[in-house]
Amino acid sequence: MDIHEYQAKKILSDFGVKIPTGGIVYSPENAENKAREIGGSKWVVKAQVHSGARGKAGGIIICNSPLEVADATDKLLGKKLITNQTGPEGKIINRIYIEEATDIKHELYLGLVFDRSSESIMVVASTEGGMSVEEISKEKPETIIRSKIEVAVGIQQFQAREIAFGLGIESKLISRAANTIIGCYKAFSELDATMVEVNPLVVSQQDEILALDCKMSFDNNAMFRRDEIAELRDKTQENSNEVYASDRGMNYVSLDGNIGNIINGAGLAMASMDMIKLAGGQPANFLDVGGGATPEKIVKAFKLISMDTKVKVILVNIFAGINRCDWVAEGIVQALSKIEIKHPLVIRLAGTNVEKGNEILKKSNINYIEASTLEDAANKAVKALG
Amino acid sequence: MSIIIHKNTKILVQGFTGKIGSFHAEEMIKYGSNVVGGVTPGKGDMTHLNLPVFNTVKEAVDQTGASTSILFVPPAFAADSAMEAADAGIKTCVAITDGIPSHDMVKIKRYMRRYPKDKKMGLVGPNCAGIISPGKSMLGIMPGHIYKEGKIGIVSRSGTLGYEAAQQLKDLEIGVSTSVGIGGDPINGSSFRDIIEKFENDDETIAVLMIGEIGGPQEVEAGQFAKENMSKPVIAYIAGLTAPKGRVMGHAGAIVSAYGESAIEKVELLKECGVTISKNPSVMGETVKKVLVENNLN
Repeated sequence: MDIHEYQAKKILSDFGVKIPTGGIVYSPENAENKAREIGGSKWVVKAQVHSGARGKAGGIIICNSPLEVADATDKLLGKKLITNQTGPEGKIINRIYIEEATDIKHELYLGLVFDRSSESIMVVASTEGGMSVEEISKEKPETIIRSKIEVAVGIQQFQAREIAFGLGIESKLISRAANTIIGCYKAFSELDATMVEVNPLVVSQQDEILALDCKMSFDNNAMFRRDEIAELRDKTQENSNEVYASDRGMNYVSLDGNIGNIINGAGLAMASMDMIKLAGGQPANFLDVGGGATPEKIVKAFKLISMDTKVKVILVNIFAGINRCDWVAEGIVQALSKIEIKHPLVIRLAGTNVEKGNEILKKSNINYIEASTLEDAANKAVKALG
Repeated sequence: MSIIIHKNTKILVQGFTGKIGSFHAEEMIKYGSNVVGGVTPGKGDMTHLNLPVFNTVKEAVDQTGASTSILFVPPAFAADSAMEAADAGIKTCVAITDGIPSHDMVKIKRYMRRYPKDKKMGLVGPNCAGIISPGKSMLGIMPGHIYKEGKIGIVSRSGTLGYEAAQQLKDLEIGVSTSVGIGGDPINGSSFRDIIEKFENDDETIAVLMIGEIGGPQEVEAGQFAKENMSKPVIAYIAGLTAPKGRVMGHAGAIVSAYGESAIEKVELLKECGVTISKNPSVMGETVKKVLVENNLN
């Protein structure tokens, strides 16, 4: 789960990381007042959307008066911001963060992630703040510092110091920088985060170490014990069909193609998408209805797919294990008696009681194309596009 | 021989009396697995499915001599149960539970390191289909009847894609020595490398089918291990050719976040390691067959 910049900043500041003074606003009047409240002579107006690269997309505006702050807020609110990470549909701007401008001396990069290879927490830092970590590893790989943290004992002062010295921070600021790194580590490890990225982390002209922009992501599997994080979810930043699916316990990812998929199991779902592509088509979605594929789940899945206007053909691929194909087939028949599907429907059943399952489908009055293998199903789905 | 589980392997079910635990325990017993009891804290004086229920894993191990457990405990309590199994002397624990937080997985793995090698538990999963040695024992939730007895080792992240492979092999009259589901989570108990090493050392296995997907370094690490240490052929399929970068595809671990984690990159890196690639998921069985013929193993 992703959260907004201002939410991540609040969390990090609770863990002792310094952030510029700022506040969240929902209207231009609000924004003007907030700018006066913050004081100073220069402000940054920042669109809060779940995406990086907001600056290049026009989502971050520097202002020299409270009136300019109000104008900038007016310009951004309610608009869709399209960055190189949001896709062409962009993301809606409903919240604006107003922040005092910072006089920057150096821009640094600081990130924390799980290292899947060593199964530890990895701190990644670089002197090249402001660039994305992908750009840094491509263009300035020699500047990257990596430090593995043993989770049982957590980060030690010396490790944080080593990173800070590695970043070329002046001696008098080392302990401040180390405490910033330790604060980020604690936020990561104590809140079930999967990513903390401060980019840039800056040294200001006034010798403060400040988190100027940050992103945090959290483990969805840990939300049962993180109510305070779960509350930060902003569904307006997610694809509406994906929200519909996740609210109903399904794994769904919206894609660009036109062949809608209903599949059980994440691996089989990815494999079926691959087969569609190899057959010359494009999947409209990833959808895993779960290993069980109960009739109720199948009904919900058909509803979900029929909400997607891109879909021109529907492909159902179920490998029945513990549940049986005859049961799955009954679920499909039941679903189609409730939902009208206008598009061609290709069904491939496999596994336990496959003959019985196919017989049930044949005897029903549903209009469908039967497929036997994964490949057959993909070919028939692409052909059905016409 | 098969790997990890054999005909007489004594099995405990953790989370035995729950709905899911009960259902799959019964399926395992029907298959012929030697389930000797279960653990549900607080229900220690019960009998369930005609088998004893214990309050603690330690007690269960003492009284039944079980060496292996399967875990159906809900996510919030699963890490605790896995560590309890490790401490009680269980040799292999298969965690079926889907939804264990990554921070808990890191903790379990760190905890298991306190035991010397000969006393250290092997964890398989979580979020996996489990293990089956066809005709011998089933320690999982798969449909047992689609697995034919034979000599191919299967190791897969995905459950259903593993079934798909077993079915394709069966249709070609090729059997399986053991099939291991290692699960779709970013941090898991056993890696592809851990399992293919076991297959290399197993007399009965003649070739290994590895079914991977996008995300993480494990498939390529296994490929490098195979290149340096394996005499048996390895065949692989990697799912997720069409998966967009940075999105989680169902499995918590199926996300491309670094170089070498996309399906295309993994396929290229595995080819360099001498692994034969099944070019699509429909020909996993055929590709295995072709490799067997080429190596005079059929």
